[in-house]
Amino acid sequence: MLRVCRPEVHQCETGWVPVYADAQQTLALMSIGFLLEHPDEAVVWRGPKKTALIGQFVSDVAWGELDVLLVDTPPGTSDEHLAVLENLRKHRVDGAVLVTTPQAVSTGDVRREITFCKKTGVRILGLVENMSGFVCPHCSECSNIFSKGGGEELAKLTESEFLGSVPLDPLLTRSLEEGTDFLQAFPESATFSAINAIATTLLSRLQDD
Amino acid sequence: MADIPVDAPQHCPGTTSDQAGKTSACQGCPNQNICSSGAAKAPDPAIDEIKVKLATVKHKILVLSGKGGVGKSTFSAHLAHALARDETKEVALLDVDICGPSIPKIMGLEGEQVHQSGSGWSPVYVEDNLAVMSIGFLLSSPDDAVIWRGPKKNGMIKQFLRDVDWSELDFLIVDTPPGTSDEHLSIVQYLGGAGIDGAVIITTPQEVSLQDVRKEIGFCQKVKLPIIGVVENMSGFVCPRCKNTSQIFPPTTGGAERMCEELNLPLLGKVPLDPRIGRSCDEGKSFLSEVPDSSAAVAYGSIVQKIKDYCTSHTTSGEKSE
Repeated sequence: MLRVCRPEVHQCETGWVPVYADAQQTLALMSIGFLLEHPDEAVVWRGPKKTALIGQFVSDVAWGELDVLLVDTPPGTSDEHLAVLENLRKHRVDGAVLVTTPQAVSTGDVRREITFCKKTGVRILGLVENMSGFVCPHCSECSNIFSKGGGEELAKLTESEFLGSVPLDPLLTRSLEEGTDFLQAFPESATFSAINAIATTLLSRLQDD
Repeated sequence: MADIPVDAPQHCPGTTSDQAGKTSACQGCPNQNICSSGAAKAPDPAIDEIKVKLATVKHKILVLSGKGGVGKSTFSAHLAHALARDETKEVALLDVDICGPSIPKIMGLEGEQVHQSGSGWSPVYVEDNLAVMSIGFLLSSPDDAVIWRGPKKNGMIKQFLRDVDWSELDFLIVDTPPGTSDEHLSIVQYLGGAGIDGAVIITTPQEVSLQDVRKEIGFCQKVKLPIIGVVENMSGFVCPRCKNTSQIFPPTTGGAERMCEELNLPLLGKVPLDPRIGRSCDEGKSFLSEVPDSSAAVAYGSIVQKIKDYCTSHTTSGEKSE
């Protein structure tokens, strides 16, 4: 998604060097995708092995000085989630952003994720409703393909902060496919302002601490 | 490897290794005797028990995907509904997504509980010939999170296969979580003895999703699981007002069609995005009977027919032993 297709991860004295998405080295990345020989290779691992690799990503990558470390997780409440928390605990976790789509089938799973956060003592920074409505580029009619408002409702129900909704946008999916920076390519779009507003709220929340 | 217990001593050779119980690292391990006797190397006795239990199940189909949120559960549920339309067929749907069970909601069975009987756990019935089992039925509230690591999830899957009173079935559909990890290995392992007809792989048209699907296909090949075919879900959206089609998830690399050509796999069909599908799922109704004449329902119909044809042309080991 960030157009760093087949880079190699190098070793240095302080550990694995992350892959940088930009020349100024402001955005460092680490993913198991960088460690695979072939992009289609399946990583068929059970929990303990995944847990071990996550530990290495936290302790053995030379992240350097960072302002923010974002951790993208798979769906669920299992090995990976517990492993990330265990390994980051000593570094203090600021909190979790929960992403849902509007339909009840999706918010149902996010309810469980909220319980997970509560049980493990992770602060919930807020909820984002993704794929919220689709504006037809031909006639501007808005269709709620995956319903609407479920994320906001869930935030109310669970007394979490609602960070905002991001609409379905073919331009966004396309730019993810091509690995272009959507925020730079389409600064005029409504999707941009939605994502931007959420990022700004989050950053200010982090600075308040 | 995976057969090294989490709490094993350092340098544990693994419980199924030839060296199990015999290396210097095994000295002092409380399980040394079990390992050296070779008992740990033997396959799990549950595999045979499951084989006996599921001998009356004619066809077993797995539904897989690489990414989350591409519509696996929606597809599994509708496949089950469609197969159960034929009243002479007994159909069951098993949800092995332990941490995110959506099947109860989609089937309109939220809040239902599993009952215990002499012959095991009774599944929950949507219709006379459509049984459903999910961990969701064992939870006390919709907020309940199942915070389990792999081994516990595996135990649950084993129970679902061995201890549920499935009785005579024509089709057992297994809905899985995304990825290629514990749940997938377990289901393939436990059903190995009983025989699986094959897997249906669900994807969305973008490369980001296809990339993960190729990994899933790699997984199937590694564990020798036959692939029935690929379904492209969320394939285009027809605006209800102007009838123009938009590619919300653009197939920039040719979508599932190209991938299937390259990998020589059958493409079972493409299901368009339709707001009514999501709504039916939220309400726990079958989209196929709500809006039977929609293009998505027609697409579903032809995909289900192809899966049926596949099943009738492939007999599983379970049938052979009859």
